[in-house]
Amino acid sequence: MSAAISTQAPPRGPSFAERVQAFIKACFAGPLNTLITLACIAVLYFAVPPFWSWAVTNATWNGNAQACRAAGGACWAFVREKFWFSIFGLYPFEERWRPATMIVILVAMVLLSTIRRFWGRWLLLGWAIAAPAMWVLMQGGVFGLPFVQTRQWGGLSITGIIAVYGVALGYPLAILLALGRRSELKLVRWFSTAIIECVRGVPLISLLFMAAIMLPLFMPQGITIDRLMRVLVAYTLFTAAYMAEVVRGGLQAMPRGQYEAADAIGLSFWQKMRLIILPQALTITIPSQVNTFIGLFKDTTLVVVIGVFDFFTTLRAALGDPNWLGFPTEAYLFAAFVYFVLCFTMSRYSQSLEKSLRPETR
Amino acid sequence: MPASRRGLIIQAGLLAAVVLCSWWLWSNAQANMAARGLQFGFAFLDRSAGIPIGEHLIPYAPADTYRRALTVGLLNTLRVAIVGIALCTVFGILLGLARLSSNPLLRGLVGGYIEVIRNTPLVLQLVFWHAVLLQLPSVRQALNPLPGVFLSQRGMKIPGLMADTALLVFLLATLIGAIGWWLLLRRERARQIATGDRRATLLPGLLMLFGFPALGMAFGFVPIVEWPELAGFNFEGGLALSPEFFALLIGLVVYTSAFIAEIVRSGIQSVHKGQWEAARALGLPPGRIMRLVILPQALRVIIPPLTSQYLNLTKNSSLAIVIGYPDLVSVANTSINQTGQAIEVISIFMAVYLIISLITSALMNWYNAKVALLKER
Repeated sequence: MSAAISTQAPPRGPSFAERVQAFIKACFAGPLNTLITLACIAVLYFAVPPFWSWAVTNATWNGNAQACRAAGGACWAFVREKFWFSIFGLYPFEERWRPATMIVILVAMVLLSTIRRFWGRWLLLGWAIAAPAMWVLMQGGVFGLPFVQTRQWGGLSITGIIAVYGVALGYPLAILLALGRRSELKLVRWFSTAIIECVRGVPLISLLFMAAIMLPLFMPQGITIDRLMRVLVAYTLFTAAYMAEVVRGGLQAMPRGQYEAADAIGLSFWQKMRLIILPQALTITIPSQVNTFIGLFKDTTLVVVIGVFDFFTTLRAALGDPNWLGFPTEAYLFAAFVYFVLCFTMSRYSQSLEKSLRPETR
Repeated sequence: MPASRRGLIIQAGLLAAVVLCSWWLWSNAQANMAARGLQFGFAFLDRSAGIPIGEHLIPYAPADTYRRALTVGLLNTLRVAIVGIALCTVFGILLGLARLSSNPLLRGLVGGYIEVIRNTPLVLQLVFWHAVLLQLPSVRQALNPLPGVFLSQRGMKIPGLMADTALLVFLLATLIGAIGWWLLLRRERARQIATGDRRATLLPGLLMLFGFPALGMAFGFVPIVEWPELAGFNFEGGLALSPEFFALLIGLVVYTSAFIAEIVRSGIQSVHKGQWEAARALGLPPGRIMRLVILPQALRVIIPPLTSQYLNLTKNSSLAIVIGYPDLVSVANTSINQTGQAIEVISIFMAVYLIISLITSALMNWYNAKVALLKER
């Protein structure tokens, strides 16, 4: 009997043809469904062919603006022309290998961080080395690298810098704030709660304005803070407040027994947090951390209001090129595509993590 | 106890650090402001602003004070936020229900749309919508999709109602009708609970809602509709929605409704399958299953994240500055550039956003508590 079962082929999912059949059947099940399906097909019919002929059939991939206008379709030649500009901005041409290397380091570190096997203190150490290295590489002034002012940074590389530094500086702060908000000391709790709620209660734009306009007023006379630094101050604070709430969720989800057991074996507060509570609380909240980070990453585009040229703003600036006037749609679609690919990948990753982390928490 | 003493020392240290830090920052600020010939204070609010603002809900001229200009900005923020919240709730629910449709084509299309919207930055979408609206034809060739509705580079024109006594009477009568319907519903519900007898309330309710205003109109209080008309180079009469307001509204509604759709979908999916089956076994029709069994339970899951989406929309309306809609932040920014009173102006608009946030969450917490109570019964 058992032999008979074991020789059976493992259950197969429905074949492609079967799935298509089920799809079509579901589309036309009942009069209402048929009506909805026809309406959907009508929408597709009116939207897709015109878009296709604009974006592909009549599009210009090579050539100049005149060729684009003559063809009448999308001018992807414009995006090709401005591609490297959108990544490096006004960074000096002969030094472009530096932001390029920085992006390679960033991508490598991010890819390493997605592999669960590497999660641990070595990865943290890696980031602790990589983050300052990225900054040094961009700014120069040491190791024979010419100095490049942050004013000249731009494009996708500065978007990466803001996102990485926002998290690298904001994350430790977030953990402190989350612990503070759950502290038994009243003053510490009030202080942390006030900071978290005030930052979350106002738009990021107002924090950016505050950092850009108010921060210089609060510094001793003669001290000027670099504009990118000011952006980072605001963005770090913002990241910290939002991440703190995610971390707090993790801390609250820990069963009381974990706290009590740690107390019972005589661990101090910081030992208890570092060895018992935080490793678990941070791990179970990683999916929500990634989701929060997606939102924060999209918000890097707001630096436009104080004149920092991130990826999107750089592309918008490229629209002003007198040789290439009149192709905003192409530029916006390209920017949207880049952000979509990055954010969608992250959200899919977070979903897969959520699935793989779930059994452990039970 | 040594532990409590340690706690006291930590708290005292924190307090000292905060006080010292604030004092240091404050003295720096005073020195800096003195060096720039500025004085801390809100006296500048009564000076003439000289800021031209194209859109204002209350009468405004550039010669008015900064106080007035900032109020105009605040009203513009509230206007886009309130209209946006109402619209994104409707579209969000529709999209969320479409996401749960039994039709796989609709489900897939809506799912793809939601993913695209959710995974691109709002700034980009706003700039995109603004660019699209500016590509509309000029005023003279305005599109006229519905009678009385004109779409052009200058935005949208729709018929408006003239603000006079007749309109006031009309609105009051409608309100009385709505309250009457609500009272009727309450009485009938109490009756049904007491006697088990159900009576139709739809017809008398509708009769009250439309009957009272009709009665008012019969007595001569007829609201006058103003139709927009092309006169020279611009439209006259009717309500005008500027391209900036329109782009901001579309952008905020499209963006936020995609998030609300996901909240609605997961809220409805969070209701256990057994609840559907039990309701069907009782012989309830689909509409009533949704209204009486599923929604009350789903709302408990939906309300908290929905609140934060409303707050997000309000805060995101500050992105108006990117496309030039004169909201609070945008007017405040101009005020800072003109007066240099950065600390005061920034504290004003941060306080305003904090207050809006607190009021919204208080309202939603109240509603949430109400929904939670219904569950207990």
